[in-house]
Formats: sequence, C-alpha cells, structure tokens
Amino acid sequence: MSLKIVVLAKQVPDTRNVGKDAMTAEGTVNRQALAAIFNPEDLNALEMALAIKDRKKDTEITIVTMGPDRAAEIVRDAMFRGADGGVVVSDRKLAGSDTLATSYAISQAVKKLGKVDIVFGGRQAIDGDTAQVGPQTAEKLGIPQITYAEELVDITDKDITIKRRLERGVETIKTNLPVLVTVHSSAPKARYYNAKRLMAYKNAEIKMFNAADIEAEDERLGLTGSPTKVKKIDSVVLTHKDNVTLEPTDANIDNLVKELINTHIIG
Amino acid sequence: MNNIFVYCEITEDNFIADVSLELISKARKLADELKVKVEAVVCGYEVKNLESSLYPYGVDIINYADDSRLFPYQTLPHFAIITKLIKEKQPQICLFGATSVGRDLAPRVASYLRCGLTADCTSLEIGDYEDKKNNTTINNLLYQIRPAFGGNIIATIVNPHTRPQMATVREGVMKKEIYNEKHSGELVRVPVKNYTQDSDFCIEFISREIEAQKVNIKGAQIIVCGGYGMNRPNGFALLKQLADTLGGEIGATRAAVDAGLVEHERQIGQTGVTVRPKLYIGCGVSGAVQHRAGMDQSSKIISINTDPNAPLNAIADYTIIGDAFEVVPKLIEYYKKNSK
Repeated sequence: MSLKIVVLAKQVPDTRNVGKDAMTAEGTVNRQALAAIFNPEDLNALEMALAIKDRKKDTEITIVTMGPDRAAEIVRDAMFRGADGGVVVSDRKLAGSDTLATSYAISQAVKKLGKVDIVFGGRQAIDGDTAQVGPQTAEKLGIPQITYAEELVDITDKDITIKRRLERGVETIKTNLPVLVTVHSSAPKARYYNAKRLMAYKNAEIKMFNAADIEAEDERLGLTGSPTKVKKIDSVVLTHKDNVTLEPTDANIDNLVKELINTHIIG
Repeated sequence: MNNIFVYCEITEDNFIADVSLELISKARKLADELKVKVEAVVCGYEVKNLESSLYPYGVDIINYADDSRLFPYQTLPHFAIITKLIKEKQPQICLFGATSVGRDLAPRVASYLRCGLTADCTSLEIGDYEDKKNNTTINNLLYQIRPAFGGNIIATIVNPHTRPQMATVREGVMKKEIYNEKHSGELVRVPVKNYTQDSDFCIEFISREIEAQKVNIKGAQIIVCGGYGMNRPNGFALLKQLADTLGGEIGATRAAVDAGLVEHERQIGQTGVTVRPKLYIGCGVSGAVQHRAGMDQSSKIISINTDPNAPLNAIADYTIIGDAFEVVPKLIEYYKKNSK
C-alpha cells in the first residue's frame, strides 16, 4: 500500500535577520525589506516525509501552502528536494486570517486532496511562533495529532512511531494512521536540492486553489473568520534606565565588581 | 457566572506544575477584577496535594478528572474533558501554559470551539474594546499582550465575540504568589467515562525519559548570558568560567542556541524561559525584543558588547563597550581579588 503524505509549509519573512530597514519610519513592518524563506521547521517536516519515501518508494508527498501566488516558490523548492507536487491556497478573501481561519482554509484544501495518511508540518512558523495551525488543522480534519516530533522511529501501513522532544526529555509514542505530526527543529534538517529535480521542476506549474476550489464558507475566512482582533500595535520602544557606560579598563572593572559586591548583588 | 478556567499540568512526580500555579496567581487577580471565580481543570491520576496546593493560590473550584489513563498526557482525552467542561460551564477566560502540553491542547480546543487563542502572552489585563464596525463598546475583555512579528512589535489582541477568551503563557512569565494560605474551595469530580470515549485513548507509550528539569536557569540568581557574539572557539567555556566563579548559570539567546553553542534548555526569551535574576550579564547579546521579554525584569543588567548601539544597552544598568573575550577574564580576575 502506498502512503499519501501532505506536508504543510509556509513562506515566511526571515524575521531572524531583521536589519535596520525592517521597520518603516511609522513603526510598521516593512515586509519588502525581509527575504521570503521556507519556514525552517517546515523543512524539518519535509525531511521526515522524505525519510518515509526513502523507505517506501511509492509514497506520494504533496505540499500544501497558503499565501500569495509567489508562495509557489516553496512548493518548487520542496520538489527540488524530493516532494512530488503541491498546491498553493491563494485568495484575497484569505487576507488577515488568524490561526483559526488559516487552519480552516488549510484543512479544506487537504480534504480536497482525497484520502491522506499522514499530514506533516513544522511545529511553528518564525513569523508568528504560535504553533497553533498544526493542532487546529488536525482538529478540523478529525484526526489525532503528534506534536514536537524529533525522530521518525517506525512507519508501517497502519501506524507510526515517533519520538517527541519535550521541555524536560523525550517520549516515544505510537498511534494509528491517519495522523497529523508537527516537527521540531531538533529533527533532521532537510536534504539539499537534487540537481536533476532542479532542472526538471524549476519552471513547474504549481496548482492554485482559491476559496471556491476548497469549498470554503466565506465567513470562516480572512478577517471575518478570525476571532482574534488586534486592538493595538506598539512598535517596540526601549525603556531607558540610568545607564552607566564604561570603557573596559582595569580600574573600571575593578570598581564595578566592588560595587556589585558591596550592594550584595554578587556574594 | 462565567468564571476563569486554568488548565493545570501535572509534573512527572505527580504534583501540580509551577506554570499552572503561576497562571492561577494571574487568574486570581483577573477574577477579582471581574468579580468571578477561578476554576482549575485537572486531568490526571491520584495527583498529589491537589487541594492543598491549589486553594492557597486562589482556586475556588477544582474540576478533577481522575483516571489512570489520563497520565501521561495525551491529546484527545484531555481535549474531550476540557471542551465538555467549557461547554457546560461557559467560562469567559481559559488559560493554558505555553508548554509542550498547553501548546498541543489549547489550539485543538480553540479550533473545536471556534474561539480566538493567543499564544505566548507576556501580559494579561482587563480592559474595554471599541468595536468600530458595530459602533459598540465591549467592557471587561481580556487584553492578550505579546510580542509579534519576530518581536519587533508588541500587539494587544482581543477576542471580542467568542468565548472563552483563550491564551497561553510561558513558564516563569507570571509570578507565582500565595493568595491566602487559608483560602479554600470546592472539589468537583468529573466522571471520566461520561466525558471521554475509549477511542480517545489512541496513543501507546513506548518509552518516556522525562527528567526533573536538568538545567534550571529559571531559579538562578545570577545569569551569564551569551549571544551570537560568543560564536568563537571557547566562547561559552569562558562564560561558564564566569558563571561558576559567581555561582550562577549560563543563559543564551535564540541565535546562540540555534548556532548550537549551548543546549536549548538555556534559551532565554519569548520562545525560551523567562528569568528574573538579581544579576544578568549579557555577553555579545544584541538584545532583540524577544530576548529582552525573557530577562528585562532582572534586578541588575550588565551588557558587554563591542557595539555601543546594541538594544540591550538601553535597558542595561551598566554597559561595557568592549569585547567579551577580553572583559570576561577581567571580571573573573577582579571578582577573585575582591571577594575575599
């Protein structure tokens, strides 16, 4: 039996490399100044799917992403690494979706793909760090979830065994398929592009789904479908305290240490 | 009555987890402001000191589901119990720890109830909201405050129209405070068989190696924290020397952890732990807001950085403009000299 796998992926602004031009003069985020990258933990998720395909050659891996049309770039990126294909869910109605509306749209898209055995996704995306879309998609698909996956221990046609990375250790658990698995950054990193696949798919047409294609109810999408509202945004203003700036001379360090000892900050 | 729910986590040795007691302390304050009760939801098996540990922090009602299959945590039975309790009791607010348990459970619950959920809040307040679309003002909403967009902004999120208002908060963010040693409440047993189905228990545990927290930088009084600027040979070894000399622990920024310089348990900030030491020494730490969110409550902050404009300097009590590789050995030297 061949396994059908979906990998959820997101193209994200590279918030880890925020430069000085990342914020506009008005204090809003300047998305243009940030590179768009494959969300790092989604690459860990893709690798776990590819590891299954290594063991079971007839496994089929489909990427599902939501975003603007250019998000097709990460579907191709995944195909260069070994995925079979993918779809981009893209519609102006999706703009402003919070995690609830996002997971609704994504689950509708996954349902369109027919029977799926495993849905993989990164634990969280670096532009939100919420880790919510995975479990919410699992709920909407009505399947169990395994979060914080670090290692694929075993896979058969009917069940999966996963080692999870938790705050204070690890646990290995087994459950029946179908299941949704979110993958932690401690899992193996994604393999590099395969040169032949790069040549074959660099201009690949990527299928686009709009709201009608996924049979979504409009009121559950975008801002309307998002129960969380942003009341206020404050760009970060540093609170200044009385700051003493020191040159690293021996006398200065000596005095600083003495002061810390005298004020019982250090013993 | 629309009370406040706190989902309580159970530690490996079967006590109520600190993160839950911290949330209860916060929930108590919010409940006093809203004039409602605090309800704990506990799903576990023969949890130790259940009542004596929860009531003093301000819990009025404990909803206790006691079944050997409820520990260790697995998603679906806990999900079934808490969603049914929420439907029955209609709390207005429901809080979870932003832990591997809370971040597994809360989104699934929010999805099922179609409620708003805000992850990793750094502050929770009660306030009003002007709904411009319907031209009404909604009173006494939960303000869910968190850094967003890589920490470059602080967002205040509200859920005006869905209940409960749900949020997760990381361990160490809220302060654990005894409300009243003599405070008492009511224990309500949840009949687990009526709330779950056998098919919910679908996880087979093959092995578990969960330690009592290996590294505890949360409780450290002195923290020597390294940033990506310490990404040179022996950078963290040097910091360890300073930490050992001062009797402290090493912490790190996300960039340093991602670079593999130090284990993840030491990461300080929005996606790590929150610390409040007496003394924080940042070495080569630029001080992104996500990091500062995890350490800006430190009593004294020293920033050692070659960059005079590092954001950490702005919240530091002392800024030493220099290379940590030169400054740290001097700190060690002068501490040894002066501490006798």
